[in-house]
Amino acid sequence: MTMMVAGPAVRHSFAVRIGPVGFRVGSDWRTPIAALETLYADYPAPADDVPDFSVRLFARRPWRRFVRPAVMIGGDYVLPEAAPLPLAQGLLAAEMGMNLQMALGQRRYLLLHASAVERDGRALLMTGMSGAGKSTLAALLGRRGWRLMGDEFALIDPETGLVHAFPRLVSLKNAAIGVVERAIPDARFGPLMRATPKGDIRHLVPAAEAIARMEEPARPALILFPRYGFEPAERPVAPSEVFVRLTQASTNYTALGEPGFAALTRLVETLPARAIDYPDAESAIAQVERLWAAL
Amino acid sequence: MGRAVRYDGDLLARALRDPASTGSLDAGGWTALIGIARAEQLAGTLAHRLEGVAMPGAVARIMVDARASAAQGRIAALWEAEMARRVLAPLDCPVVLLKGTAFAAAGLSAGVGRSIGDLDILVPRDRIDAVEAALLGAGWEWVKPDPYDDAYYRRWMHELPPLIHRERDRMIDVHHTILPLTARITPDAAALIADSVALGNGLRMLSPADMLVHAAAHLFADGDLAGGMRNLWDIHCLIEQFGTDGLAERASHHGLEAEVHRAARLAHALYDTAIPEAWRTRHRADALYRRRLTARDGWGRPTRPLLRQGFYLRSHWLRMPPAMLARHLWTKWRKGYRPV
Repeated sequence: MTMMVAGPAVRHSFAVRIGPVGFRVGSDWRTPIAALETLYADYPAPADDVPDFSVRLFARRPWRRFVRPAVMIGGDYVLPEAAPLPLAQGLLAAEMGMNLQMALGQRRYLLLHASAVERDGRALLMTGMSGAGKSTLAALLGRRGWRLMGDEFALIDPETGLVHAFPRLVSLKNAAIGVVERAIPDARFGPLMRATPKGDIRHLVPAAEAIARMEEPARPALILFPRYGFEPAERPVAPSEVFVRLTQASTNYTALGEPGFAALTRLVETLPARAIDYPDAESAIAQVERLWAAL
Repeated sequence: MGRAVRYDGDLLARALRDPASTGSLDAGGWTALIGIARAEQLAGTLAHRLEGVAMPGAVARIMVDARASAAQGRIAALWEAEMARRVLAPLDCPVVLLKGTAFAAAGLSAGVGRSIGDLDILVPRDRIDAVEAALLGAGWEWVKPDPYDDAYYRRWMHELPPLIHRERDRMIDVHHTILPLTARITPDAAALIADSVALGNGLRMLSPADMLVHAAAHLFADGDLAGGMRNLWDIHCLIEQFGTDGLAERASHHGLEAEVHRAARLAHALYDTAIPEAWRTRHRADALYRRRLTARDGWGRPTRPLLRQGFYLRSHWLRMPPAMLARHLWTKWRKGYRPV
């Protein structure tokens, strides 16, 4: 059989497992793959070498590999009209691509846009708007006696109610970058990417324990709605409000149908929930420890 | 990963046609199969076809997820049909479900694991204003803000401009026939409705022969074959379930005999569909269609861009006369639309 047009092969690729989820990333450029290889060096391969999701970073037109290279994000699941990123932000494009597969394609777990840390087999979930500080708090707690389970998605198994870890690279934004760099000077960081569509971004490699124990699920024990930039305060959150906020925080609640509803209401009915306001990270960590001790 | 082997849509066709053939796949082969199936909206169908076949644990988990996703999609699609039924019931006009929703509602094999997007319905053309008004009064809204697109749909298309429900975020396509009015072929829309079959819930579906004619028309007389592997799987399942008796006569009544024959030949080629011996004739163009249908690589990426471009142009050629086509493409180009 003759080929009319030989489509170019995928030039560079990388595969990784984060918690229970396998990914492969194919790219027209070497640099994003090299960054992934370095930062995810301690992570395992996908189970059975078959990834759950594929991400593709590609040039819209062949010459755009070289001339003002612009990285388009593709994959098994895509949003129409997603804007490309400059090649210097290729690592961010890969991370966005992987998050997108989870947000649009994940059907095994109820996905909560939340960070999660674990202690003694029990998990603390933190959710809130972008800028609430959930990634920062999870990163800091992850170096202070807690195991980081993830800064972006908490994976709730509808059958068991357990939360599964998804400890991808922690995505630090804007002022949080300096806060974490000062607090954990010996940590491994990715390149600083300035002025991305999400502001300045720098990725943090989770502590070794977070990666080594990423297959251990935990029982959710407390849910917090943190808010950065206010005087320290805390209030209980009514189940009705928790329900609404969690449905908003879940990307696949509707797609899961009845199992999603059952998993979500179970969280609402069994977990104590608090909203906490905090002016700085130290204050927040003290609030978290106090609430946890009072459980 | 998958460096040496180059996969295309034939990998998916083979797995659907002969599930046991997946026994020879390595990790790269499974990965490619899953990627192509997702790109062709056939992951749920594949997961059902492969039930009971030996596979790696990671693949088995992906298949369980795909079946669950299709099951939930079926619930949502049938609910959407019920929502439309309630709104349209007072109009006392026949409402015929088309495509995936009809297959699911009727429990046809073509509906097993099938992904279902929009709700497609067919109503008599002289009732379409009433249908539109009823839907607009019940929460559906226009999707296309562009006046050119809107006017184009109303003047030339076989359906209303797509409507979306503002709360449920689901689209409905209201058809009054199965091919654009500008196409050279004019199917008998009144006969489609007259011979439709009651579903028992107040809604209707096309007769089996008309379902096949519609699927073939959609695939070969209208679009650019995008998503064609799924449409052809529909055709495979419909022929396997209902046979081909009377099909040629019905197709020729609608002026779609060539399309139905081509659909049957290609279904036979890709999925080993049982079709009459006399239909298994050789046509040089079939190879081109087959290469267009299977134009995916192991990452699910579209391949064979020139062939795709050719079929894209062909779809417009079929859809409208040359002068109108030139005007249409020029308008779309100025608005920034680029094919492929």
